[in-house]
Amino acid sequence: MSEDDINEVIIIGSGPSGLTAAIYCARANLKPIIIEGEPSSTSDQPGGQLMLTTEVENFPGFPEGILGPELMTRMRDQALKFGAKFITNKAVKVDLKDKIKRVWISDDTNTEYLAHSVIISTGAKSLMLNIDNEATLLGYGVSTCATCDGFFFRNKTIAVVGGGDSALEEAIFLTKFADKVHIIHRRDSFRASKIMQQRAMSHEKIDIIWNTEVKKINGNSKLESITLFNNVLNKEYELDLDGLFIAIGHSPNTEIFKDQILMDENGYIQTNNGTKTNLDGVFACGDVQDHIYKQAITAAGSGCAAAIDAERWLNNNLN
Amino acid sequence: MITNLDERSFDEILFGSELPVLIDFWATWCGPCKAIAPILEEIDLEYKDKLSIAKIDVDQNQQTATRYNVQSIPTLILFIDGIEKARIVGSMGKQALLQKLEGLI
Repeated sequence: MSEDDINEVIIIGSGPSGLTAAIYCARANLKPIIIEGEPSSTSDQPGGQLMLTTEVENFPGFPEGILGPELMTRMRDQALKFGAKFITNKAVKVDLKDKIKRVWISDDTNTEYLAHSVIISTGAKSLMLNIDNEATLLGYGVSTCATCDGFFFRNKTIAVVGGGDSALEEAIFLTKFADKVHIIHRRDSFRASKIMQQRAMSHEKIDIIWNTEVKKINGNSKLESITLFNNVLNKEYELDLDGLFIAIGHSPNTEIFKDQILMDENGYIQTNNGTKTNLDGVFACGDVQDHIYKQAITAAGSGCAAAIDAERWLNNNLN
Repeated sequence: MITNLDERSFDEILFGSELPVLIDFWATWCGPCKAIAPILEEIDLEYKDKLSIAKIDVDQNQQTATRYNVQSIPTLILFIDGIEKARIVGSMGKQALLQKLEGLI
């Protein structure tokens, strides 16, 4: 292999942190390669979690709000403008321990990319309930994408499972179509921001079912009902439904880094001294290393930090 | 270019095509549908002797979406002689999609 084949930096993942890192690396003339991921109907896709959202109201600079997918398209265009190169595949395997880092992608020949440094920004993927019928009824009443599938539930009764900002945002969005939206939450209060809570709780079409877990999904060729369990009353009962939207949170996308990168017990990458990981020349930013803030703007901020850390590291170690 | 069907041309291609027909149920406001569109264009070119691909906007053609019980988009349905042979729900990468079509076309 020739020196020409070794890139300065590979960025894995293309949410707000990866794309911000891409913009900064490209402007620093590091010619970043971004392994951006593959299409999917979950948040594990190019652009990340914001690709499944509607209006983003808290990203500074957009007082009138901006659609999540549009914000991500703009960030990507900005990175492209400065010469970032995008590969629309997933990273399937990495070897980050040696001086030259190796990343293999999901094309038909598992093409290998080499680099002196790597920025990990693979974000977090949506959690599923992992109960019977969930996978088989996906697309037949069970959904992971309210913006894709809300349309099919005009005048129907549906439920959203979850208690975070994304669950409440989905519930509010779905009131445009459905007659009735139940929010099913296993605790007695929401994690979501106060403004989302107020909007959801005061909405006439929304009804909140507290302290309740989804135990079963019922139906043969399509969703018919779910079995709920109230964990305070210890009572099980059935609820007839046309649609069930799952928004119970996320877990970090770190499977391919196991045994190489230091993580906490929940699989979040541990960073120290900025965005440095335990491996020399490997940096992490965004939700893959953040279980506290998880905002587009904090992800973007840490993406910028990772790009600057990588640039300094390259300057100190390659010259 | 993949043809955008309406309710009438949908039946024409479904029952008139010699090749297996893959229909992409989509809508303009669906992000994952946009993401899979260029992949379908590529497969359309590469497999033009084996497969005919067309798409139908569910927003404009709700009857067709209802007739095939589409409740999530993108949904891809493979028809042979007008009969549904396979249904693929959700957006995905090219390799994953080709794997699902393997043995059917």
